[in-house]
Amino acid sequence: MSVFKLFLRRIMPQLITLALVVGLIAIMFPGFFDISIANGRLYGSPIDILNRGAPVALLAIGMTLVIATGGIDLSVGAVMAICGAMAAWGITEGYGLGLTLMMALAAGLACGLWNGLLVAVLGIQPIVATLILMVAGRGIAQLITEGAILTFNHEGLIFFGSGSLFTIPTPIIIAIVTGALVTLIVRRSALGMLIEAIGINLRASTLAGVNTRVLLIAVYMASGLCAALAGVIAAADIRGADANNAGLWLELDAILAVVIGGTSLLGGRFSLIASLIGALIIQAINTGILLSGFPPEFNLIIKAVIILVILVLQSPTIRTMVIFLSPAPVSAAETEKQAVNQ
Amino acid sequence: MNARLLPLLATLVIFLVAYAICYAQYPAMLSTRVIGNLLTDNAFLGIVAVGMTFVIISGGIDLSVGSVIAFSGVFIAVMLRDTGLHPAVVFALLLMLTTLFGAAMGGVIHFLEMPPFIVTLAGMFLARGMAYVLSIDSVPITHEFYEILQRSYWLMPGKGRLTLIGGMMLIVFIAGIMLAHRTRFGTNVYAVGGGVQTAQLMGVPVGRTTIGIYALSGFLAGLAGIVFSIYTSAGYSLATVGVELDAIAAVVIGGTLLTGGSGFVAGTLIGVLIMGLIQTYIIFDGTLSSWWTKILIGLLLFAFIVLQKGLVWTTGKRRMAGG
Repeated sequence: MSVFKLFLRRIMPQLITLALVVGLIAIMFPGFFDISIANGRLYGSPIDILNRGAPVALLAIGMTLVIATGGIDLSVGAVMAICGAMAAWGITEGYGLGLTLMMALAAGLACGLWNGLLVAVLGIQPIVATLILMVAGRGIAQLITEGAILTFNHEGLIFFGSGSLFTIPTPIIIAIVTGALVTLIVRRSALGMLIEAIGINLRASTLAGVNTRVLLIAVYMASGLCAALAGVIAAADIRGADANNAGLWLELDAILAVVIGGTSLLGGRFSLIASLIGALIIQAINTGILLSGFPPEFNLIIKAVIILVILVLQSPTIRTMVIFLSPAPVSAAETEKQAVNQ
Repeated sequence: MNARLLPLLATLVIFLVAYAICYAQYPAMLSTRVIGNLLTDNAFLGIVAVGMTFVIISGGIDLSVGSVIAFSGVFIAVMLRDTGLHPAVVFALLLMLTTLFGAAMGGVIHFLEMPPFIVTLAGMFLARGMAYVLSIDSVPITHEFYEILQRSYWLMPGKGRLTLIGGMMLIVFIAGIMLAHRTRFGTNVYAVGGGVQTAQLMGVPVGRTTIGIYALSGFLAGLAGIVFSIYTSAGYSLATVGVELDAIAAVVIGGTLLTGGSGFVAGTLIGVLIMGLIQTYIIFDGTLSSWWTKILIGLLLFAFIVLQKGLVWTTGKRRMAGG
């Protein structure tokens, strides 16, 4: 089978889910696909889904890499708040756009470095190591904004939240460019395979000569950088840094996006595209519930049901059962593949 | 000396030193009034942290507890508003519900062999969603039985009040210590945390224990919900966001290893009190901003995890289990 067909087969369940969700919304809300151009920017529900989904998509890119190494990054929401606060502080202090962005991104990298050092050098479980920053991060962000919601009016910075380039809103472009860049880097080099190797067996990859320590730190720094981008977008979108609410619980959405994308939480094989589609599915459900007039309270319950369905599909027990119940050994391998893919 | 006691001892020393520093600056800190308030204000956190201790000793994690507390509050408030049931009946119903909810999560974790993290994440969404569906607004509770519960307290020497909910927390802690160290279930929990496969080979009923652990956590989250509703006299679906993190932090500061298999319920009590003490100190000081609480708790977490790591390294008794 050609590489492309394999790839298509890998992301098929996610694509079908997305099509189903969008189809359902379109049936309940006929004007869904209306896209118009006003003030040199595209408007419409599909654009809205892409635009609103951009921060989670960005987080999901970094999260996919982290989860592929068998880790998890709980701190991304707090890092978003820190970097958003950093951006707002920089611009209100008059440091200029370039320097401000550099500071915000550097803050994200520093947070990632901290997480990476705890995980790779001190050998602390990822869930615990990133918990520290998750708890303390919002405190640090409040320290930067001094407890207030820092607002700003700098057009250059606002551009990253609500501006547009070639009629496409900036957040979408940032998410797509980041996704494409990271995909190119990990898939056109051996990096992606090495990351998967770490996730499957850390010790074995170290013994095989992979510099697991540096690679793990780099992965967490990548996650921090993605969170910084998302944080700048979130702050620019509301023209202010809200240390308490920026990126609140987005780490869970990002993890959910990765899980929907079929990357196992136990580490190993990953697909960035599938995670991005996962982020879109989440946002499509959010938007769909709002559009269709369902009370937004059902949003969380639907998310819980989705996780449960994925859990059942990914479960090793169920997979064994499917293989056990399938008629011939040849098709057993196929069903296992399907179960893996889902 | 037993190396396992070292984290507990470190926690105790830090608590005593911190209290001594607070006392040196504000002598009123030692009054039973402050101590009574410390217990009352942290009652719901303490109760839920007991359940979390069992979950973490077994090598798992329970993210759903904060949402379950919020759900409990809303459930009680809505039931009292819409039906003529006595609060005691509502309490019994609620505890049954949350225990079953926890048991169901334990069942999914055991039978589907999925990481507790993602299963209880689903539980977190589900419980919070159910709370939203019951009511988005804050529902006040006005029942004479509640007033009786709120007014009952034991006057300690020095005019400090040990309220019913503060006392309840202490009772839960004592029961938790008994359960952990004096029953077969407790031993099984430690065994499962030490290694599922080893436990299985030794004949520990892993499935029953796992379900029991999460059922216990669900039950205690429900109880914490009742305590929280007594504390606030209302049910609000947006309340207690992030309490699961506070509970996990309290357990870790209390000296329980996050890798599972080792820890003490008593340490968790001190962990909760340390966190309460930081908040009390910030209130006493008046000039420090509230965000220092979060940063300090983060630093404490870091210090304890590094301490534990050092202990694990020096004793060399166990290897890091993945995930």
